[in-house]
Amino acid sequence: MTVNLAKGQSVSLQKSTGESLSVVRMGLGWKAAPRRGLFGTRTREIDLDASAVLYADKTPSDVVFFQHLVSNDGSIRHTGDNLVGGVGAGGDDESILVDLPRVPVHITQIVFTVSSYTGQNFQQVENAHCRLVDEATGQELARYDLAGGGAHTGQIMAKVYRDGSGGWQMAAIGAPAQARTFQDMLPAIAPFL
Amino acid sequence: MTAELVPGQNHPLPSARLEVRVSAARPVAAAVVLTDGSGRAPGPGRVAHCGAAPPPGVAAPGPPAAGHHLALDLGALPPGVERLHLALALPPGAGAFGATAAPHTDVATPDGTGVASFTLAGLTAETAVVALEFYLRAGAWKVRAVGQGYAGGMAALLHDHGVPDAAALAAAVTAGPDRPVHPGSGLPGPGRPRPTPSATAPNATAPTPPPATAGPPVPVAGDAPGLTMDERLYNQVWGVFEDAARSAAAYRSAADFADSRQEAELEALLADPAARFGPAAESARREIRARRDDLERRAREVLERDSAQLLAEMRAVEAAMPAPMARWDAPVWADWRAPREEPPYAVRLGDLHLPDHPGLRVPMLVRMPLPRGLWVDAGASPDHGVPGPGVPGPPPGRGGLRGTAAAVAAALAARLLACRPPGGMLLHAVDPDGAAAAALAPFARAGLLAGPPATGLPAVAALVDSLVKRVDLVRMALRGGADDALPPSVDRAARLLLVHDFPYGFDDRTVGGLRYLAEEGPAAGVHLLLVADRADAAGYGPALDPFWHGLTRLSPVPQDCLADPWVEHVWTFEPLVPAPGSTVVTDLLHRLA
Repeated sequence: MTVNLAKGQSVSLQKSTGESLSVVRMGLGWKAAPRRGLFGTRTREIDLDASAVLYADKTPSDVVFFQHLVSNDGSIRHTGDNLVGGVGAGGDDESILVDLPRVPVHITQIVFTVSSYTGQNFQQVENAHCRLVDEATGQELARYDLAGGGAHTGQIMAKVYRDGSGGWQMAAIGAPAQARTFQDMLPAIAPFL
Repeated sequence: MTAELVPGQNHPLPSARLEVRVSAARPVAAAVVLTDGSGRAPGPGRVAHCGAAPPPGVAAPGPPAAGHHLALDLGALPPGVERLHLALALPPGAGAFGATAAPHTDVATPDGTGVASFTLAGLTAETAVVALEFYLRAGAWKVRAVGQGYAGGMAALLHDHGVPDAAALAAAVTAGPDRPVHPGSGLPGPGRPRPTPSATAPNATAPTPPPATAGPPVPVAGDAPGLTMDERLYNQVWGVFEDAARSAAAYRSAADFADSRQEAELEALLADPAARFGPAAESARREIRARRDDLERRAREVLERDSAQLLAEMRAVEAAMPAPMARWDAPVWADWRAPREEPPYAVRLGDLHLPDHPGLRVPMLVRMPLPRGLWVDAGASPDHGVPGPGVPGPPPGRGGLRGTAAAVAAALAARLLACRPPGGMLLHAVDPDGAAAAALAPFARAGLLAGPPATGLPAVAALVDSLVKRVDLVRMALRGGADDALPPSVDRAARLLLVHDFPYGFDDRTVGGLRYLAEEGPAAGVHLLLVADRADAAGYGPALDPFWHGLTRLSPVPQDCLADPWVEHVWTFEPLVPAPGSTVVTDLLHRLA
């Protein structure tokens, strides 16, 4: 059963059977806002880049993005850059696979962001989502939909973090940021750690 | 070598006594259904499963587990039994086969010689499957890969084989008897969860579980994509290599973080003059150190778990390696016979290891035919090296290093010759001052040298010129798409040019010829194996740099010289040297002659 998250909400990542999860996929998607006026059917390409930043406490330790598709420890894999975007409402544009048992012990949280390398802002994006899927079963665990809009070029979507009892939780963040790459995003992420 | 079966394929069985191994990603129930010639089982007593006494000739499978080991004696079966069906099923509630990695079956003789193996790929919603069938045909037993799945589960499968009261029996088969798995079975128990860092993490005083018993699935050889077993093994070795590099990266990054966090916390403690001294400060310091040690210990536990798993996987892979990809001490060389077909998928050039994974030796495999020439570096500085088990004595000095390099090159040359049928690759040697005569002697004795080693400049020039001409002709023919139009003097055999002590014996023109061979030779079947100290060729200046960079450099002594492509850890390369006193290379040359 999907849990629809609201901004700031969090959910514990447990299978319904109580087993712990192994590989989860964070799917991020967005859709271009329809053009107004003439030539309204001309497609507009939105090139957003999904990144995942691995934090050890509050120190960024590694990052997975289009130029570094696998974290050094191999636990997090980006399935590749999508240069066009806007597959649709349900489809994911970019996916990041997280092998939870393999995440190094010092990594306490993984923050997922979307930013526009070409500087397009979110006014051109109608809606964006991120959803966490259990890769073993294809079942959606949690989903967070953001309304589009805003003159910012980056968005901090969600984070997956260790809870006190050794399990994992996902929290929806949904905070805007002025950023073209994840580096620009780091100061904006800090308050959410 | 083990035959890799595809569904429907059959294979003769060398003996009546067989061992069948099943490995799966999740616990599966196994049963053997005994039927007559028409494939019908007359009663429930003809199903060997964990909950009942087995019929003669078949050992009862254990309760559902990720690995099964069954012994069969086809000569001791009850009369009238002409077929055995090995059935696998997922326990109720465990989903379908499509959601797990494909189960794998291996048939071997009791002494461990592989006969056939079969991976049950392509299953989807099935919860039970007939994996293999053993059947009597014209008085001889054969094995057939079946892979027939049943969405209706074990009950449908048993019903299909004419077993009465199939539903009740199916429940007994998949549930397993209500008793714990024997701890000595060496196989993971049913439903035992994979250990996770979080499972071992929280309690600082908890004893470390021994990694060998915290059982992830039993590793099997060939657990990687590929069309042939060799390709699968090659890909699996690369998988182990990457996992080992990444797992070490995870540990190193955690340990670094633990250290830097400790430093920052101690510094913060010192920054406050009031908190700097006294028993409170002392206990704060102790706590900071304990936090560091705890994190480091948890990271080490994960590393050791990974290490144990990769070691077990590598053991399975090593046991399945064909000769060109095996270590010199592998049993596969003992009864080695010259291959009948063309080059294998890959050849092993050495071993790689990392201090984080003690005992793990990752084979350095390169695809065949070799895309680049090989250079055994006689000037390799042994400073960084640690003497390995293969190299006797202390790290040799300059003089000794040349001898070691010649021996490593000879073993490599023998391995490369062994990749092809006899006569499929001819060996030419250049040995300007005869220093490598001892290393070349076994080749000469076996008659595997295509002519005496070239010594003086005229001989070297003639040899290089003839090979250059050959490469020219073959390239021209290949480019024109007319490789059948080669003159009869150009045979189809590949060439291996073994050059000792380069650049002695060469002049500018022959060096040019050698560079041409290094660049264009591999595509035309002319391969280069160079033993050289780059310092000796310093006189040629930077003009030769592209030549050296175009060769695969191998150190004749263990040396920290190779960075992996993922996280760039420095790995120790260790050459392949037969154990002192081993006759494996001379035996091999003898069989090639």
